Amino acid sequence: MANKQYSYYPGCSSQNGASSSNLMKSVESMVKLLDVQLNEIPDWNCCGASIGYAGGGELPRIALSARNIALSEQHNPGQEIVATCAACWLATREAKERLDHSATLLAETNEALKEAGLVFKNEAPPARHMVEVLIDDIGYETLKSGVKKPLEGIKFAGYVGCQTNRPFGIDGESFENPMYLDKLIESMGGEAITNYDQKVTCCGGALAFSEPEKSQKQIKDIIESAYDHGADMIVTPCPLCQANTEIYQNEVNKRYGTKFNIPVTYYSQLITVAYGGSGKDAALDGHIISPTKLVDIASK
Amino acid sequence: MSIEKYRKNFLKEVEERVEEGQWVKMCMQCGVCAGSCPFGPHWEHTPQKIFMMIRAGKREEVLTSDSMWMCTSCYNCVVRCPRKLPITHIMHGLAYLSKREGLMPKNQPTAQFGQLFWDNLTKNGRVNELKLSLGMYFKDGFSQGIKNAMAMQSVGMGMMKAKRLNPMEILGGHGIKDKSGFSAMLKKAKELEDARRKLA
Amino acid sequence: MADMKVAAYICQGCGLGERLDTASLAKIAQKEGKAQVVREHPFLCNAEGVAMIRNDIDNEAVTHVMIAACSRRAKTEAFGFTDVAMSRANLREGVIWIRPDDEASRETTQEMAEDYVRMGCAEVKKMKLPEADPAAVTERRVLVVGGGISGMTAALEASRAGYRVVLVEKTGALGGWGARLYKRSPSRSPYADPQDTGVDAMIAAVTSDGNIKVYTNAITSKIEGAPGRFIAEVSTESGATTTETVGSIVQATGFSLYDANNLPELGYGKSANVVDQAGLEALARAANGGAIKRPSDGGDVKTVVFVQCAGQRDETGKHLPYCSGSCCLTSVKQAMYFKDQNPDVDTVVIYTDLRMPGNGEDFYRSGQNKGVTFTKGKVSSVEATGNTCKVNFQDLILNDQTAIENADLVVLATGQVANSGVDVDAKLKAEIAAAAGDNTLLDAWNASQAEGAVKPISVLNLAYRQGPDLPQLKYGFTDSHFICFPYETRRTGIYAAGPVRRPMDIIQATEDATGAALKAIQAIENAALGRAAHPRSGDLSFPKVRIEGCTQCKRCTVECPFGAIDEDEKRYPLFNQSRCRRCGTCMGACPVRVISFENYSVDTVGSQIKAVDVPDEFSEKPRILILACENDAYPALDMAAMNKEVYSAWVRVIPVRCLGSVNTIWITDALNSGYDGVMMLGCKHGEDYQCHFVKGSELASYRMSKVGDTLQGMGLEPERVQVFEAAITDIERLPRLINEYSDQIAALPPSPFKGF
Repeated sequence: MANKQYSYYPGCSSQNGASSSNLMKSVESMVKLLDVQLNEIPDWNCCGASIGYAGGGELPRIALSARNIALSEQHNPGQEIVATCAACWLATREAKERLDHSATLLAETNEALKEAGLVFKNEAPPARHMVEVLIDDIGYETLKSGVKKPLEGIKFAGYVGCQTNRPFGIDGESFENPMYLDKLIESMGGEAITNYDQKVTCCGGALAFSEPEKSQKQIKDIIESAYDHGADMIVTPCPLCQANTEIYQNEVNKRYGTKFNIPVTYYSQLITVAYGGSGKDAALDGHIISPTKLVDIASK
Repeated sequence: MSIEKYRKNFLKEVEERVEEGQWVKMCMQCGVCAGSCPFGPHWEHTPQKIFMMIRAGKREEVLTSDSMWMCTSCYNCVVRCPRKLPITHIMHGLAYLSKREGLMPKNQPTAQFGQLFWDNLTKNGRVNELKLSLGMYFKDGFSQGIKNAMAMQSVGMGMMKAKRLNPMEILGGHGIKDKSGFSAMLKKAKELEDARRKLA
Repeated sequence: MADMKVAAYICQGCGLGERLDTASLAKIAQKEGKAQVVREHPFLCNAEGVAMIRNDIDNEAVTHVMIAACSRRAKTEAFGFTDVAMSRANLREGVIWIRPDDEASRETTQEMAEDYVRMGCAEVKKMKLPEADPAAVTERRVLVVGGGISGMTAALEASRAGYRVVLVEKTGALGGWGARLYKRSPSRSPYADPQDTGVDAMIAAVTSDGNIKVYTNAITSKIEGAPGRFIAEVSTESGATTTETVGSIVQATGFSLYDANNLPELGYGKSANVVDQAGLEALARAANGGAIKRPSDGGDVKTVVFVQCAGQRDETGKHLPYCSGSCCLTSVKQAMYFKDQNPDVDTVVIYTDLRMPGNGEDFYRSGQNKGVTFTKGKVSSVEATGNTCKVNFQDLILNDQTAIENADLVVLATGQVANSGVDVDAKLKAEIAAAAGDNTLLDAWNASQAEGAVKPISVLNLAYRQGPDLPQLKYGFTDSHFICFPYETRRTGIYAAGPVRRPMDIIQATEDATGAALKAIQAIENAALGRAAHPRSGDLSFPKVRIEGCTQCKRCTVECPFGAIDEDEKRYPLFNQSRCRRCGTCMGACPVRVISFENYSVDTVGSQIKAVDVPDEFSEKPRILILACENDAYPALDMAAMNKEVYSAWVRVIPVRCLGSVNTIWITDALNSGYDGVMMLGCKHGEDYQCHFVKGSELASYRMSKVGDTLQGMGLEPERVQVFEAAITDIERLPRLINEYSDQIAALPPSPFKGF
């Protein structure tokens, strides 16, 4: 029997063969090592992400999240929903907040859900981010105590990004300078660049696709600052941040004449490695730019 | 479509037809949103100005603008706004209204991508990243699509090697089981909202 | 002084015993300071040390006490011996805390301490124990001039505190502006809606209050006297005059709206549909909750435009240069008159910056919620055409020149002009401006003095040497040290409250009037005990004049910042002690040095200056006298000491009540005694002054500008005497300033006066 159980919402990019499948794999390894059980919401659907507004109005987008919450309430009763993707978490929390405040939206949402044979009972508490499970339910000290291979000698630029940080953010953290990622890095024995000044800069999000020039300027700033502060690698909680800052480095190099080649990892990979997981457990093979220093520790 | 009821009162129209539009009147014109936006310099009209234009009744100028499509949904403006306006959502809502009213600028890339994304997710209930990418490359026709795809080939190959882009997705890929219930739900939601917001 | 017995106490606590040779200090107190009792103590401020001093006073007939320990600003309770004259030698903050604890500094540090012991002994011997004014009287009655919300509040608050009140109102009824409003801006949570003014209830409370005597249709035709004993003549329109004796006065004469007739470009006077804020209140009162109609034809009002800053914050010099701080609230309130009655009325407030004091932000939000439109813009003109107006404005966000057509009503927010009476400094200000090359004020002054010219009407009619009304600070509002001492004016015992003091709204005016009433009560009680008002609160000393030495030069009567000194029938200065703030500006001004306080005089400071042991010219130890204002500079030095900032061992610091009290004889004495330089540290003067006595530091600066001639006559470099402005926050700057000055002086040849 696992220590803690949650209703798990992985999201579209955290599927086999999808852009953040390495987040999914490393999270699965991490929770096993931490004795946490994740029960996937059966038949969950896409949250609509931040860009869905162009095609869907407010109510259809709320219905997407309401369906996930309703499924969770039905199949994983009494369990808090935990998301690993920033957009999934934000959309799920936001939908509940909107439904809490508008009787009209609540009535219409339930009318729509009825078509899928579901009811939004609004019993579940607001959705949580996996990071909150780590720092609130487990705690830095406990996390630290289980470290088997401290991530010594690696300097990390903790890139928090936008949607894990705004508008909700991790409880108790500031929007302008959240510290939890640095604290997680330090708990794992790594060195955090606490004055990394692009910590909460936007990577362009979905507009990396539609407005590449404008977004790559953002990505360049984020990576450049990590280099300026002597980072060995960037670490982030957000799948879109990870994808944008890793896969576009070549494009940025072409555009700006830079020679960026810095790995971008997930906090879940750090914890998996520090807890003694293998490189495969941590999905370190799932990178275009290999985080060699982390690979070295994992294979020690 | 212009609704006679709102003639000369764009603010009222925004309040009733735009997501979170009832907040527009609460803007106090401090400009913090404009100064906080990562894409700030690319906005023809900053959110601050858009709110002022709404009050000044500049319906055409607002709804034909591509400014709202510059929003990256980073929420920086939202957390900094001293009046706590949900600026990100208002921008999304205005963009959606401009699209529904047919006033959206032509070939707006984010609008096109957003629509592809929506169509993609509503088809199977989950996003198919490969089809989404290809759809974006091929939005301007087949030959341009090949060019775009070739230009991004290194990215795609890298992702495939890292097992983060699955070429087999082209055949179908991930999806939910209850597709019919899902579609019916979205259809209903759209109907209800269109009726309430007088969208046709 | 046959029975003077001086005791000197040297403390060894707080490291003094380790850092200093206290035995040698004790010897100096005895031999040079001529103290009859000298005691060292390891911890002087503890119960045993204090009991030792107490015992010497009670049983050894000690009358003068010199305590060599910490700053005079520390341990005031422990060393609070009120029955003896007392001086303090500042060995802790003044010596050991500002000097490095090393062998190289030991000798100069000890020399500093020795000098402060010499100075403390010299000073205390010249001091007398101040006695309360034997003539102190008081009348426990407050005169309130002005019967608006501010005046009525002051009257009611004074009455509730148990004081009687005479309330004088110029018009036929109480209420002032408040009575002309339909509603007021909210004063209570949630600050969302206009609320009843409450003026009728207030008037009822005033008129039914047995402690309050009300005169309407009346003015104060003459006020003479001083705090505790003002005699006011109250003249009514009917010609009757009554004499009222009061202890203190609150002036709450309010404001007049800036005359909108000066704004024809905004349509005022051209259309009945352009009104000022008072005009709109009149329309709202007439409508009394119904729809406000268009004045020109009684038609429906569909669009109202509020023009903020009409004739205010003006940069052309034609209108008011300042913001009245209340009109934005009023416009939001007035827009709600329309919105609450009919939400379909368009109400547009055109503003450049909305200023919503207090909880006004909530009211602003409420206005936005009710659909009042706020447009950031600047109105250039209002065109009146038929029954509507076209309001042309620059949209400051969209940068458009645009217009609102068909406004049925335009409301101009014209702002507050203080009803402060005669500008008693008008001539002086005009002369200063003329000296700087600008004759406009002087021409205006001369025109106002011409035969048949309309003279400004005095409010208070004070029978004071320095003029009939309260001096004005800026833009015609009455003077008041707005940072440290609101309500205070430059006329002790007369307090300004409400919009006559600065522009404000009702909430602020109510608070203001309450504060002023308490200050008025305090003034009455101080007068009863012969005590000073702030900043030397509780000081019992007061100026004594050796009238036989007076040359009737009138400098004291002219320079007293508080108008405390009149002239008697023989043209000698006549001191009104309860008007006096004890700053000593008169003492600093007096060329023949006949003015002194019991515990602060030309001698108490002069003897300290002379007591310092000035080394000869070969010793390479310059001596620098610092005269530091006790209000800001001296505390700043104490705080620098707490931070262990280091400064020069060449300086000897003497606190003064105000730089205004510095008599130039001290400077010449110091230079004649062989000091190498004199540094004066006082408060900022001029516009936005920080001087606690308003004019003291300004006068000092003026006087010292004339010292150059004296220095030249003595063959000394002019930089040897310098005046610096210092704020209480200059904790790091002052030590730096002292060190720089010290280096500058050390670079000069030694003073040729050493050894004389």
